[in-house]
Amino acid sequence: MVVDQLSRSPEKDVALDRLFQALADATRRDIVARVTAGEYSVSGLAALYTMSFAAVQKHVAVLERASLVTKEKRGREQIVRGNHDGLQKARHLLDHFEMIWRQRASRIADILAEDDERDLP
Amino acid sequence: MTVVSVNKDVAALSFTIVAEFDADVKRVWRIWEDPRQLERWWGPPTWPATFETHEFSAGGKAAYYMTGPDGTKARGWWKFTIINAPDHLEFDDGFADEHGEPVDELGITHAIVKLEPVGDRTRMTLTSSFESEEQMQKMADMGMEDGMREAIEQIDAVLAEPANA
Repeated sequence: MVVDQLSRSPEKDVALDRLFQALADATRRDIVARVTAGEYSVSGLAALYTMSFAAVQKHVAVLERASLVTKEKRGREQIVRGNHDGLQKARHLLDHFEMIWRQRASRIADILAEDDERDLP
Repeated sequence: MTVVSVNKDVAALSFTIVAEFDADVKRVWRIWEDPRQLERWWGPPTWPATFETHEFSAGGKAAYYMTGPDGTKARGWWKFTIINAPDHLEFDDGFADEHGEPVDELGITHAIVKLEPVGDRTRMTLTSSFESEEQMQKMADMGMEDGMREAIEQIDAVLAEPANA
């Protein structure tokens, strides 16, 4: 599902809740980092952690519902990949913060520059 | 260049900005320490911040609001967790309702600020860690709204100029 980034809607709130819950777990963040870099099978992921295959499968399902990863059947394997559209939303927000802080830094520089002027004889 | 680098970690919901200023560490510390100076840069010009409380010591609280062009007030609170003058402070940053009471469900951002001398300049490194994407969205709405609107208005103004001007 594509969620409109500019308007608030019940669909968007649900999507945000899912994204929040999905990223609130260290294992799931690790899975996202790995499958964003390259595809993994669910069993390949399960081999990386001390938890059961079923537990890893559950984590993948949570990430899939949050649109952070996609899952696709290939023969007997389930292949997990990063969903770049889902990650794009979080990245978009961090871009906003970059803009906020660039503006703040420039205002700080202005304040400090005024000092220099005042200190001149 | 004021801003040296920006690092955005999507999976960890954290943001780091490194900026350098033409002033010594003690001077840059004052832009955090003095609420009247803090007010001059925390909010954008069209959404200025007013700090009603600013207890600049570990365990101290700050309360502020930002006033929008239509008079709308957006309130926030800080709790200073570390104040090591003149080069290290940390604080929790959250939302407040119209009575200044914290709105817990929107989550808390933790900010770490470090200052260090680089020649006769000062490097400031700020890291913000968010609890959730929803909270990041709210913080972005609160800090940005106007910055974005201004930028868009500027673009509109340029586009509205006659092409042969």
